[in-house]
Amino acid sequence: MFRLKGVKAKGILSITDLTIPAKRITCIVGESGSGKTTLLRLLNQLDSPDEGEIWLNQRLSSELDPIPWRREAVMVPQATITFKGTIRDNLQIGLSFAGKPEASDERLKEALHLACLEKDLEQNAEELSGGEKQRLALARAIVMNPMVLLLDEPTSALDEDTADTVMQRLTAFMRENGKTLVMITHSRHIADTYADFVIEMKDGTGRRGRTGGVYSEWNH
Amino acid sequence: MNGTIDLLFWQLAAAYLFVILLIVIVRIKGIPREKEILIGAVRMTLQLILVGYLLVYVFGNAHPAYTLLLVAIMLAFSIRTVINGTKRKLSKALKQSIALSMTSGILVSLVYFIFIVLQLAPWYEPRYVIPIAGMIVGNSMTGVALGVNSLIEGMHGQKDKVEAALMLGATPRMAAREIVNQSFDSAMLPTINSMVGMGIVFLPGMMTGQILSGTSPIVAVEYQIAIMLGIVGSVSLSVILFVQLGYRTFFNRRSQLEL
Ligand SMILES: Nc1ncnc2c1ncn2[C@@H]1O[C@H](COP(=O)(O)OP(=O)(O)OP(=O)(O)O)[C@@H](O)[C@H]1O
Ligand SMILES: [Mg+2]
Repeated sequence: MFRLKGVKAKGILSITDLTIPAKRITCIVGESGSGKTTLLRLLNQLDSPDEGEIWLNQRLSSELDPIPWRREAVMVPQATITFKGTIRDNLQIGLSFAGKPEASDERLKEALHLACLEKDLEQNAEELSGGEKQRLALARAIVMNPMVLLLDEPTSALDEDTADTVMQRLTAFMRENGKTLVMITHSRHIADTYADFVIEMKDGTGRRGRTGGVYSEWNH
Repeated sequence: MNGTIDLLFWQLAAAYLFVILLIVIVRIKGIPREKEILIGAVRMTLQLILVGYLLVYVFGNAHPAYTLLLVAIMLAFSIRTVINGTKRKLSKALKQSIALSMTSGILVSLVYFIFIVLQLAPWYEPRYVIPIAGMIVGNSMTGVALGVNSLIEGMHGQKDKVEAALMLGATPRMAAREIVNQSFDSAMLPTINSMVGMGIVFLPGMMTGQILSGTSPIVAVEYQIAIMLGIVGSVSLSVILFVQLGYRTFFNRRSQLEL
């Protein structure tokens, strides 16, 4: 799904060669400040690399219009954002940004269920707790039904049990529908349990390996 | 004749008491602003005296070139004031948007006002054009300056929200829509407020000046209504052009936010 070659960005990221496979679940781990968010933003085309090339679904990123791409590779940022209005408004806004027709209430409730947020659609989103807002942001991306989800620490504000349930439902949904999930996490447990592949970021370089603590050299 | 000038001089001198009062207050409060206040008062005095003599000359020797030149100077000065009056460093593109929006907003309104509303003959009659241009330029300058600040602060303060919208596939236009609307609002608010308060809360400067110099209040009011509408037109035109051009300068060709 993604291939990065000789990519340098923001004076921190430096990736020789990295492939992120389609229809798989890939976790990005690594210590704070190692460039995880920087990498994810490149995949969403929210930033462009200073050097090197990125292929997004076999197409060179520089030849791709970023806006339609972002609608197919939706990113949820590390700092949760809620928009004005009700939970329903917050769930529909991604579709309206993308110029797509509104989703039925049924679909909205499905997305809320996947994100473990059983709330009334009419409730004001500002009234939600921090962790609830984080799940709302996740559900908003799910409603858009994109080919790829790029999640920046989607469960950082959740207790372990809720985080586990969210991950279970989300990964099952992504696998059933043949979608690609790339997510950053600080939780070793989540990476070990749910990821097909793990990218470990270290000083701006990424090494990819299978789960289970065995990392194969991918670049250098 | 000498007596009137003397009286005027003494009245003016008395008015400077306010400046001295202000300086005393700042002193006591320990705010280090005496120099600025003093410089401001001196500059204001010298500039106005200079303008007074300049206008006497231009009014006495009406010529389209003089009128156009004065309007151009006012416009250039107001653009400079807006550009230099912001706390943050402006990008070149944003400066261009400011210049372009103010020039077109102000000129379109001024031309409309002179040719359609007032139907001045000759059209360059400086006695009318200069003060009217002054008011239109001044108010548009205030409006655009507010719009610029609000847009910049909005983009920086709500960076995360704008980017969150982009991440979902929003166009820059959609991602910035809320900020653009807020900027338009805050830029227009003083003008709308002054329309609402007009005549009750305060008498506008032009009307006061006319009444003081002996014009009938009714005539002064007619002019004031016309000029107020002209100001509203020019401010809204300049501001709307500015926010529409301005927000785009925060995004690059790949629809990425660049601050
Ligand atoms: N816009 C930017 N300009 C310059 N440097 C940046 C920018 N954004 C991030 N950085 C720097 O790049 C480095 C990597 O940042 P990044 O956000 O990718 O880290 P991260 O791995 O996501 O960390 P965390 O786990 O804390 O979220 C940091 O040192 C950060 O200060
Ligand atoms: Mg991060």
